[in-house]
Amino acid sequence: MDNEKLNLPQYDIPDDIQNAVAITTLDRLYNWGRRSSVWPLMFGLACCAIEMIAAQAARYDMARFGMEVMRPTPRQADLMLVSGTVTKKMVPAIVRLYNQMPEPKYVVAMGACASGGGPFKEGYNVVAGIDKFIPVDVYIPGCPPTPQALIAGLIKLQEKIDKESLKKVRWYRKGPDAVEIPVPILGPDLIDPRRSAEIKQIAAAVKEGAS
Amino acid sequence: MYGKGILKGLGVTWKRFWNTYLEDISWLLSGKKRYFTEEGVKHRASKHARGIFTVQYPEERLILPEEFRYVPFLVYDEGEGGKKEVRCTSCGICAKVCPPQCIWIVRSNDPNTGRPIPEPTEFYIDMDICMNCGFCAEYCPFDAIKMDHDFEIASYGRNVYNLEKLLKPASYYASIRPQNYAREEEARKAKEAAKAAKTAAKPA
Amino acid sequence: MTAPASTQTVDLAARFPGIVTADTRPGYSGFIVEKDKLVEVATAIRDEFGYDLLTAVTAVDYLPEGKMEVVYHAYKTTGGPGLVFRVQVPRVDPIEVPSLINVYPGADLQEREAWDLMGIRFTGHPDLRRILMWEGFDGHPLRKDWKEPFYEEDAKPFKSRWPEGRHVMAEDRNPYKDNLKFPENFDPEKWIPDNDNMLYQSLKRYTMKNEDGLETDHIVVNMGPQHPSTHGVFRAAITLEGETIVGLKPVVGYLHRNHDKIGERNTFLQNMPYTDRLDYFNSMSNNLAYAITVEKLMNIPVAERAEYIRVIMAELSRIQNHLVFIGMLLNDLGAMYTPALYAFEERELILDVFEAVSGARMMCNYLRFGGVVRDIPPYVMQKIKDLVFDRLPAKTDEMDRLLTENEVLVARLKGVPVIDGETAIKYSVTGPVLRAAGVPYDIRRADPYSIYDRFDFDVAVRYNGDLYDNYLIRLDEIRQSLRILQQAVKQIPDGPINSQKPQYQVRVPAGEAYGRIESPKGELAFYVVSNGKPNPWRYHVRPASFVNITCLEKICLGAKIADFVALLGVLDIVMGELDR
Repeated sequence: MDNEKLNLPQYDIPDDIQNAVAITTLDRLYNWGRRSSVWPLMFGLACCAIEMIAAQAARYDMARFGMEVMRPTPRQADLMLVSGTVTKKMVPAIVRLYNQMPEPKYVVAMGACASGGGPFKEGYNVVAGIDKFIPVDVYIPGCPPTPQALIAGLIKLQEKIDKESLKKVRWYRKGPDAVEIPVPILGPDLIDPRRSAEIKQIAAAVKEGAS
Repeated sequence: MYGKGILKGLGVTWKRFWNTYLEDISWLLSGKKRYFTEEGVKHRASKHARGIFTVQYPEERLILPEEFRYVPFLVYDEGEGGKKEVRCTSCGICAKVCPPQCIWIVRSNDPNTGRPIPEPTEFYIDMDICMNCGFCAEYCPFDAIKMDHDFEIASYGRNVYNLEKLLKPASYYASIRPQNYAREEEARKAKEAAKAAKTAAKPA
Repeated sequence: MTAPASTQTVDLAARFPGIVTADTRPGYSGFIVEKDKLVEVATAIRDEFGYDLLTAVTAVDYLPEGKMEVVYHAYKTTGGPGLVFRVQVPRVDPIEVPSLINVYPGADLQEREAWDLMGIRFTGHPDLRRILMWEGFDGHPLRKDWKEPFYEEDAKPFKSRWPEGRHVMAEDRNPYKDNLKFPENFDPEKWIPDNDNMLYQSLKRYTMKNEDGLETDHIVVNMGPQHPSTHGVFRAAITLEGETIVGLKPVVGYLHRNHDKIGERNTFLQNMPYTDRLDYFNSMSNNLAYAITVEKLMNIPVAERAEYIRVIMAELSRIQNHLVFIGMLLNDLGAMYTPALYAFEERELILDVFEAVSGARMMCNYLRFGGVVRDIPPYVMQKIKDLVFDRLPAKTDEMDRLLTENEVLVARLKGVPVIDGETAIKYSVTGPVLRAAGVPYDIRRADPYSIYDRFDFDVAVRYNGDLYDNYLIRLDEIRQSLRILQQAVKQIPDGPINSQKPQYQVRVPAGEAYGRIESPKGELAFYVVSNGKPNPWRYHVRPASFVNITCLEKICLGAKIADFVALLGVLDIVMGELDR
């Protein structure tokens, strides 16, 4: 591996440590370690969950990617596969699960529903995409994505992990990303605590029935 | 005998375990390659599948049946000089029949007369709503919208496909659905021939 | 097709003059019962006329007529056609209808659903809480004058999609830029959420005193919605006394995707792919139930070859469902993976067939009104033959060898009671669970649909009603399904696959229809009301899973917490169908 390739991670190295390759190799080691043992949360929502199970089963065998260990507890999981329609009633639980996952953590929105509401988007109890609440790393279109498509999406996630750098990942930095996501509240409709002031303002301006 | 049932069950797993190796040996003896070949994958998806069942995607791929459908795409014919002749006439049937209503089309208008011309200016499909039901392809009277075989379309952002992203050449369509393509071409040629015969017969 | 036979067999109007009148609206059948005498009439229907199984309770909002209607469908477990009776009340709040929970306990959850979505108060119901939505939710969504936040038009196709393509993303049409709607002047900071208080209060009813008068603390354990053994996002709030379950309330709705509301906006055809997503293990069965219902309304025949194809697909679907059921049950019991992995192998082969004929593994969308969408290609027919004659019988036997006599499994399952036949009927339980309790009730025989009357098969039945029988009956049913399949594959004639021309807009005359099939999980039925427009006025799914869990509380009381997962497991619920 030549020097240039080793320094591939996308951040600037000051001139005086230009030849200190340790940090880049550490990055690579770190990324390799994580990408090869992404443990998903055993967490199924809807139809897509069955394809997720099928991907774990004999024919597709996700174990080949180090992803066979499905943990039922968020405390031991690295990856949340949001597999199915996210409903308003369910989203507080999902956010709580996400908050409980230790970092580094990734989210894959599997299927149309998790990505953007899917065919049920118009429904009154459906959240139009989980990315309105938690950050999503990879979106897999399809309804449902076949197990092969899911694995293709997970390979995409591995590619993303490969490009990460210790210095830039959000969990080692202070800032708004490091704060826990407030759990939504079930009111007359779903209340996102981050938006309560805004909701109050709009609710005062909008006349009921004029939708 | 207590424990007989357990032993019987263990016999099943034991047999399953050895089947993989027995298969390996029999393939080796017959000189065929069991892994990473189309023949091997086919065998593992047939009634004869024994032992290991895994198809090691992405190195191996399942053989997709012709009717397999993933997301829709638009077909264009390659005209002279690489011109894209879009088959879509923006008749709107796909947008009407779409169950989650994820297709929206802007019909072209002639700039001079203002009358509609059969061509879409813009064509959008929201892939985050699309339910892959295949109705658009099923009811399109012009064979202009078809269901794709390409499932490796995961991305790092949301997916709303525009005309540019949706268009794929007819040769690609022919490659993924050869039988359907041949059938449709035949029907079209028959139709054109009938039309030609009609116009030829008229002046006489 | 013949008119629904209910009016021919029973003359309820003569038995209750002045209280019951025959429904004379064109396209409707059954009887209209005076509201105040409903319980009395229902008791007579059950005891005098023998309609012991109340399968569906649902409500229809007739907004233009200013009426609300509650519709009941009752059947006899000995077979034969059903009886429809209904109550009509003026559409002025509070809308009250007497609860039938004391006559038919199986009405429990369905009445709660009607309260939740339609806002009908069932007087006398002991625990009338919202079920699919949460306490505090604003409005009753299935009422015709209630509009969802992303409301666009009353019916599809929406006009903005074509030809100008003036479509605005749903988010941009809503003032909150999201799928939200709040009452006027709503203040989120002052809102006090319910936090399941209502739920815990209803559980308190089970507080029991110790034998010697000591009051011991009961523990409420919440299982789910995120739990590996609840088959999705099911939640059960369980009150425990030591390890014994003394109270249980199922909490559902975590996957409530508004099927009914969306279905009313869809055209009749557009609902077909949505039905795939109900019981996502058996999309073929769902398609079949819906197609049968709409064909009843449209009064059209089904192409002969298509009937056979439908049966083949439905039975293949049943086999893979039961195989996965066995695998998952064993998973729940702690035999991690091996049986489930074996089951999934066979499932993959069956899904290959579905994929080859319909294009998708799970969401087949294969049936059309009058037939199916495309023929089975010869090579797929060969594949089906390979499966039903060679592979699946052998693999079913292998599963049998692997598990049935296993002493550990037998010790774990045998003698753990699930439900007895009488209670099962009372609680409207259908499907394998009912048959494992000794009631040979299978709609394929009791009230044949499609062409099931042509096949030679036995209704699988077991008599002990324990966990072990519930496991065995699945194996029996796989074998019976294989018998049907072998006959169907041999007999299938050539010919057209659809009696209708392919069309995307079907004409459905006004009226109502209730079409039901024996889905792998029990009775799956659709209740569709048409008013002659391109989209249904009311589209209701009567799911097997949802009605089957009505008995969950009953069967778990007194059981040990360790058995709960198994008891839930044998009910074979699937959340897409349960919550819709």
